[in-house]
Amino acid sequence: MAVSRTEVWQGGTIVASRPLTPEIRRIEIEVDDPVPVSPGAHVDVRLTIAGERDRRSYSIVDATADGRRIALSVYTSPVSRGGAAVMNALAPGDRLEITQPLNDFPLRPGAPRYVLIAGGVGITAMVGMAASLRARGADYRLLYAGRSRPLMAYVDDLREAHGERLRLHVRDENTSLVISDLVDAIEPGTEVYVCGPIRLMDAIRREWMTRNRPIADLRMETFGNSGWFDAQEFTVRIPATGIEARVRPNQSMLEALEAAGADMMWDCRKGECGLCEVRVSRLSGDIDHRDVFYSERQKDARSKMCCCVSRVVAPADGAAVVEIVTS
Amino acid sequence: MQETVTAKLLDHPRNAWYVAAWDHEVGRKKILARTVAGRPLALYRTEDGRAVALADACWHRLAPLSQGALVGPEDIRCPYHGITYDARGRCTSMPAQETINPSALVPSFPVVDRYRYVWVWVGDPALADPALIPDMHQMTDAAWTGDGLTIHAPCNYQLILDNLMDLTHEEFVHSSSIGQKELSESEFVTSHTDTTVTVERWMHDIEAPPFWLKNMRDKFPGFEGRVDRWQIIHFEAPSTICIDVGVAKAGTGAPEGDRSQGVNGYVMNTITPETARSSHYFWSFQRNYRLDSQLITTQLREGVHGVFGEDEAMLAAQQAAIDANPDYEFYSLNIDAGGMWVRRILERMLLAEGRDHAPAPRRGAQLVR
Repeated sequence: MAVSRTEVWQGGTIVASRPLTPEIRRIEIEVDDPVPVSPGAHVDVRLTIAGERDRRSYSIVDATADGRRIALSVYTSPVSRGGAAVMNALAPGDRLEITQPLNDFPLRPGAPRYVLIAGGVGITAMVGMAASLRARGADYRLLYAGRSRPLMAYVDDLREAHGERLRLHVRDENTSLVISDLVDAIEPGTEVYVCGPIRLMDAIRREWMTRNRPIADLRMETFGNSGWFDAQEFTVRIPATGIEARVRPNQSMLEALEAAGADMMWDCRKGECGLCEVRVSRLSGDIDHRDVFYSERQKDARSKMCCCVSRVVAPADGAAVVEIVTS
Repeated sequence: MQETVTAKLLDHPRNAWYVAAWDHEVGRKKILARTVAGRPLALYRTEDGRAVALADACWHRLAPLSQGALVGPEDIRCPYHGITYDARGRCTSMPAQETINPSALVPSFPVVDRYRYVWVWVGDPALADPALIPDMHQMTDAAWTGDGLTIHAPCNYQLILDNLMDLTHEEFVHSSSIGQKELSESEFVTSHTDTTVTVERWMHDIEAPPFWLKNMRDKFPGFEGRVDRWQIIHFEAPSTICIDVGVAKAGTGAPEGDRSQGVNGYVMNTITPETARSSHYFWSFQRNYRLDSQLITTQLREGVHGVFGEDEAMLAAQQAAIDANPDYEFYSLNIDAGGMWVRRILERMLLAEGRDHAPAPRRGAQLVR
């Protein structure tokens, strides 16, 4: 299976950059040491954001067969942490540091049926999978959900490539996905691949689990920058050490705690592994759980949170504050 | 064209089917640990008998799954922290948490049971077409019978392919069983396609060496006299060599196609690279006469086992000498034609995978002074 988790860094040259929607920009890069790209792959890029070295992950939307020229699509969120602005400023001829393709979300050949579900910019992970399934003559459907058509990238290309296998669900056209109906309609044995905001993934997982469907048939790729609420500023305190930090909307709680001098444990930084877990000792407001580590029951308990992605939202009549105990 | 010297340590294609094991080696009593084309695998069967090949390293901390246990109809459990995976390598449970990390999986490799072997594809799974499995139908065809064994050869797989593509060595390595001086005296004809190489050699009107005299007497009791002997070597990429061998009473028309007055065997060989310096060499000797005789099957298996033991010793010694003399290169002889076509095909497969070895000056280039 085409799983690749070994980072090999290389150089790349921007060869094209153009907007697809008001929020999404397509950037094409020629890499120095190409390797073929498998469906579901992403790259990490090194960026300097506000003077600090940082990295971001982007799905590979499409690539030439030899992998020399790859296309990414960068979404500028209202609460972008700064990576999108740096990427959007790249012009043809600019160089950047980029990994060879990594893949935590491989497409497995050989299933009797596939359902691909993309929400918003999550479509970037699905374009390649759908193309691969089409090339192989597989039985597949591609469901693409978005807020409004002008904000949804690649619709025309996907319609041309996939015809009736593509189904659009557009909120402002009143054709939103109804998750329970969707899960009911998926036949046993189907493999489901989902990439989208955490709300979409949580909802699908909940419906999947309540029907006792095999968890191994549901594959998800997360990206840790979406929640149930808009990101807002909140305060985090660690009474044991006296550390207090303001968490800006474009910053994670983990980043704010690190900047304030807390010695934090973490690994994936995208809400999967659970290593950045902190215990909540006092809460004013509510927790916006944005991880896939906790179950519904654990999230409802509001006693722990993955501080790499999850946030606090203010109560109707007060400030958003969380006091925590760290490991 | 080939701007390279003859590789002493040839890399192996990954987009290919390799035999991981005999079918009977893969089951539910124990999990088989075997490295195929550089990839350590845990091999087992589901309750309904499907062969499974997973990477032999848990997603979590890379503990070997082959030391774990089989649980439920198809799952395997890591021996260290109990993480379980299904036959597709997808995590089905994790300790001490209520959810499963969505990226948790171990690579699962395409597997096919065919010709009494379990074949595995460690390259791009999208290319794993079972139609690409080399033809070894004599292993299971009702017109043939036989048996074989596995040699764990301490050498690069290419050395074994070289060995089988040129049987001149039989005269020197196997002098007491199948060797005879006519081997190096007779002509051979080499031909190839994009994926196959054939080397055909006939020895007319010769004494049958001991191995073949015994086989003739199994079919023709009391046989005495001279024979026509053939060796037709069929290579199919990347590393399967089936050799049509036999002798017939001299002058009874075997070269023209009538083998009724002779005995015919097929030496089935398929070589799986393990590491750069070790290989799994699966072989069997199949025959199309006296199908009912288990005695002959066992005698042939043991006889060939003895013959191949001589090859194994030579291959080990050759690999040791190659490693002990890193500054010396290979030279080739006319008898290497078959083996050199094999290398050419393999190098093209490697090139297609973007894995050609670093070009070195061609030895034949003229020196300019």
